[in-house]
Order: sequence, then C-alpha cells, then structure tokens
Amino acid sequence: MNMASLAGQLLQYIVTGVTIGSIYAMVAIGFNIIYNVTEIINLAQGEFVMLGGLVMVSLHMLWKLPLIAAFPVTVVIVTGIGLLMNYAAIRPIRRPTVLTLIIATIAASMIIKGAAMLIWGTDSFDLTAFSGRTPILIAGAAIQPQYFWVIGFLVVIVAGLTFFFDKTIIGKAMSACSENAAAAQLVGIDVRWMVLLSFALSAAIGAIAGITMTPIALMDYDRGAMLAIKGFGAAVLGGLGSFPGAIVGGLMMGLIESLGAGFLWSGYKDAYALAALLIVLFIRPSGIMGNRDVIRFKRF
Amino acid sequence: MSKKMSLAMAAMLMIFGTLASPCLATYKIGALFSVTGPYSFLGDPEKKTAEMIVDQVNQAGGINGQKIELIVYDDEGDATKCNLLARKLIQQDKVLAVIGPSVSGLSLAIIPIFEQSETPLISCAASYKIVSDDQNGGKPYPWIFKTAQSDSLAVEAIYTHMQKHGIKKIAIMGDSSGYGASGREELTRIAPKFGITIVADEKYDPKDTDMTAQLTKIKGLNPQAIVNWSVGPTQVTVMRNRRDLGMDKIPFYQSHGFGNKKNIELAAGAAEGVYCPLGACNIPDLLPASNLQKAVTTQYEKDYAAKYKEPLSSFGGHSWDAMHILINALKTAGPDKAKIRAAIENTKGFVGQHGIFNFSPSDHNGLTKDAFMMVKVHNGNWALAD
Repeated sequence: MNMASLAGQLLQYIVTGVTIGSIYAMVAIGFNIIYNVTEIINLAQGEFVMLGGLVMVSLHMLWKLPLIAAFPVTVVIVTGIGLLMNYAAIRPIRRPTVLTLIIATIAASMIIKGAAMLIWGTDSFDLTAFSGRTPILIAGAAIQPQYFWVIGFLVVIVAGLTFFFDKTIIGKAMSACSENAAAAQLVGIDVRWMVLLSFALSAAIGAIAGITMTPIALMDYDRGAMLAIKGFGAAVLGGLGSFPGAIVGGLMMGLIESLGAGFLWSGYKDAYALAALLIVLFIRPSGIMGNRDVIRFKRF
Repeated sequence: MSKKMSLAMAAMLMIFGTLASPCLATYKIGALFSVTGPYSFLGDPEKKTAEMIVDQVNQAGGINGQKIELIVYDDEGDATKCNLLARKLIQQDKVLAVIGPSVSGLSLAIIPIFEQSETPLISCAASYKIVSDDQNGGKPYPWIFKTAQSDSLAVEAIYTHMQKHGIKKIAIMGDSSGYGASGREELTRIAPKFGITIVADEKYDPKDTDMTAQLTKIKGLNPQAIVNWSVGPTQVTVMRNRRDLGMDKIPFYQSHGFGNKKNIELAAGAAEGVYCPLGACNIPDLLPASNLQKAVTTQYEKDYAAKYKEPLSSFGGHSWDAMHILINALKTAGPDKAKIRAAIENTKGFVGQHGIFNFSPSDHNGLTKDAFMMVKVHNGNWALAD
C-alpha cells in the first residue's frame, strides 16, 4: 500500500465520519433544545428524524412535489407532529416530574413508530439525491454530493440557532427558561409556550436531519431508536445542553466510528465511540463543553 | 337413576367432549413469523403465503375432508415473545405442528420446547445449526426440520462460481446480526476447501447509515472479489457506497438474502453486475422449460401477485415449502404428531419453491447446493450468471 492511497483512505474516513457525525450532531441539538427548556430527555427525537425522511419520500416520490417544495412542507408536517406530541403526551400529565415526562416520551416514540409502520409498511425507501449521485473525487477520496448537503445543513442550523438564541427576544426568553424556569415565569415569560416552541424546533431539526440523510442511507420506520441512541451519546459526550458541545460530540462520535472501523476492527466501532464517551465522562462528568455549575442546578 | 350414575355420565360426557373435539373439528397448524419488527421483510411474505395456501387447500375441500385451521402468531423478532407464543401454540391451541420462525436465532431458541413436547417444527430460517445438534455429533434434532437453504449451501454456490472464474483472494463483509454472523462463520469455514483466502473481514451494524469506511479499507487490500452478507437496507447502501468509491470493477457477491427485486430498485442502478445465489422461486421466467420447478414457481408467482398485488419475495417461498411439506405429511399421517414427524422425514422428491427436497433421518433440510442458481443483476432484473 503506498502513501498516496493511505492519505486517500484517511481522507475518506474523515469525510465519512464528518457526514455521519453531522447527522448525530443534528439529533443531539434536538435533544439539547428540549433539555434546556424542560430538562426532559426526549426519547422520541429519533422518530422525528425517521418521520422527516419518510414524509419527504411520500411527498416527493408519491405526490411528485419537487424537492424544493417538499422540503419545507415536510418540516412543517413533522413540526406539527412535534407540537401534537407536546399537547397529547407532555401537557396532560398532572403532576409532572422529569422522570414521568421522559417515560411519556418513550410512549410517544412507540406510538409514532407504530403509526409509521401502519402508514409506510416495513420496507425501506429511497429519496432522490439533491444534486445527483456522481461522486466527487478529491485526492483519492470519493465524496457524495449529498455529504455536502448534510454538512451544509448542520452549519445552517447552527448559525440559525445561534442567531435565534442570542439576538431574538423569543430566543432569549427560551434561554432564560433553561437557566431558571421559576424566575423566568416571574418576569412574565410564558414557560408553557416556550416548552411548546422547544418541541417545535426539535422536531423541525430532526426532520431536516431525516430529509438530508435519506438519500444516503435510505429510511424505514425502525430507524429512530438507533439514531436517538447515537444522538444522545453525542449530546452527553459534548455536554448536555451545550450547542457547541452537540456539534463537537456528534462529529467526534462519527469520526471515532469511521476511523475505528477503518484502521482497527470494524466489528467494534460502536464500542470505540462508547468507550470514548465513558472516558470523557470519567474525566469531565459534565461532558466536553458542558458547564459544571449549570449541571449542578439541574434535577436530571 | 341414582345421583352417582348421573354424575358419572356427566363426567363421561365431559371427557368424551374434550377428547372428541380436537379430532372432529379441524387440523390445527400453528405458525410463528416475525410479521412486524426488524425482520418483517421475512415474516410478512411468509405469513401471507401460508394464509394463501390454507385458503386454497380449504377451498379445494381440505385434507382428507378436514379443513385446516392456521393459527399465526407474530413474534416481532423477539426471542422471549417467540418462546411464549411457541408454548401457547402447543399447550393452549394444541396444534399438530408448527411452521416458522422466520429468523435463525429464534428458531434455535425454541428447539427445546418442540423436542420436549414432541411436536414437529418446520423452520423457515437459514442457519444450518437448526438441523444440526452439536451435542449429538451434528445429527438433526428428531422433531425439527427446515425448508430454507442452509447458509453453507449458499456459500458453496458462491465459491463454486468464484472457482470457475479463477478468483482466489476475497474480502468478506457482513452485518453484526445473527444472519451476518452465521454467514461469516460459513464463509470462513468453507473457504479453504475451494482454495480461497480471505484478506479482510469487515463488520457493520444492521442499522448503520454508511459502509464507506469498511469498503475503503477493503479497496486498499485489492481483493479479487467481495462477498457481502446482510439483509435489510444495509445491503443496498453497501452497493451504493461501493459504486461511489469506484469499486464496480471488483466482482461483488451478495448472499441469498438479496432475493427481492425491491433491492435492485432501491439501489438505483448500483446493483448492476452484482452476483447472488437464488432459489428457483425468484426467477420462474428464467428457468428452462425442462426444469422441474418451473411449474410450481410460475403458479406461486401468479397466485401471490393476484392475491396481494405485490411481487413475491423469496422468503415467502420458504413458507410455501414448509406448508406443502406439512400438508403432504398430514394427508398420509392424519392428526398424529409422531406419524406426521415420520412422514416429513420420509418426504422424497418434493418439488418446492427453493429446490427439490429429499429428507432423511440424517438430513432434515433435504437440499443440496443445486438448490441455488447463481444470478447476476442485468438491466435492473435478474439474469442467469455464466
């Protein structure tokens, strides 16, 4: 094996890792938004990704909507389902503790998954790639154009969220809820409305992750749980609640998996990522970018 | 009439009533399939096929004038549920025999129940271990049969084809499920017999989104061919990744789990030139008229398409074989579990969807590697490989 091909291989592993990592990061961001406002770990986050992919497939392949139109419609539909979930599963709980709410999200994820199986059946579905399937060759590595879309959407989401939380009044109100919900209520912020908004945002971001990944990996009703686990791992690795942490955690998970599969034994690639997670948690229990002082105030 | 008399008569009535009812009613057959869950692509066509056959047989007057009652349970691909449902079929429903499960792991898990209760089971799963008792020198378990070709036969068919084309150095890859693991074991075990060396053995998770890393590693090792052993969406993704990496010059073999035309569609062109071993029921129109299986496979394809308005998958064929072997056994044996078992074991020359079955006390699968034909994807369809 010569050096050039080794460099090409390395680049290939990195590109693949960053792409998979971007998907994990999007799921992790979804976890963080809801966690910040409510302290709930929304275990139905993976189902939003699955719904994003499948709704898009139906709109584009079945009803022949062009990609550019089907994309926003899908995001709106999945956001609607996120809101519905908040109304149907989270709000009606009479004495909410963090634990009961988390269990409610598990129930919601099962219901969503079951409904998806009834609607779409158990087959996998494909979606047209946004800009063709001809791979771009750079220094011996083959890069799918769709990879750029995935990474690009992660960048757009991060930029959008940063602007939203730093510059808009609603975003600042949401940040306030995450600091201290009782105090936020005292200064006149409607916490319930903020919770609703957090579910909407998470669902929308999940949908985008699902739409962009389907042309690469197909989509079926049963994908959600695995993505939720990986995304949750990424969120914890980076520090629950931290957006830069979600990105670092997601990309790290993707890179460790891809490089581990490439240079070591591929059978243990999930173990490498989880071992890294454990090591980080031993050294920094709050995660890489997590704030220890904030964690101390959280109940979960 | 004394009180004692009437009590005794009532007791007699009850005993006769319970004794008589299973014989007088119908032939009860149980079925365990993974109709939902991760293996639904196996269980769904299997259930539909079994139900279709029962309808056909009952409409034609049943077996020896008896109707068949089929009780289907969905194990959801879960070993615990499968175990409970198997007990329920035997103890509560009192079935004469059971077909299924769809998955190797589940079939292996419920073998002891059927051995203990002495109930015949015809599994629709692939692993050769289902019909090979390691603790008894690899002899089959007396009450367990299976209709799906063993992975070892698929591996032999692939290696025979490689030998013909002078391929000696290969890379293998597969998912980490029971199916992938069993295939990997067989690929490694049989390779020396054909003078084949395996230079790479890569694994991935059945829910993985991308196999580029594994393929990149394989590319660096320059094998003459690649064998992939998985089912579900990963077997499609892996072909796309392979094409993106410009590896389409390296011959690519898929396992017999690839036997569904939907996979070719989903691959969006990336499946062209891919080889895989298939049973006759995938390719009825490609079979020469002299082929013994031509008639049954053509009929099954027609019936299935007419009833369910979807193309059949090869997995349904395993259920077709299991049902018909069992029905034939019921015809000669009647409602007696031991006689049914003996009749299945003595089945010879049964022309099924996946081969011609010749069972014997030492072979409870009854197939040879001729049950597979090497097929190549050509213009989005199957074609016989040379």
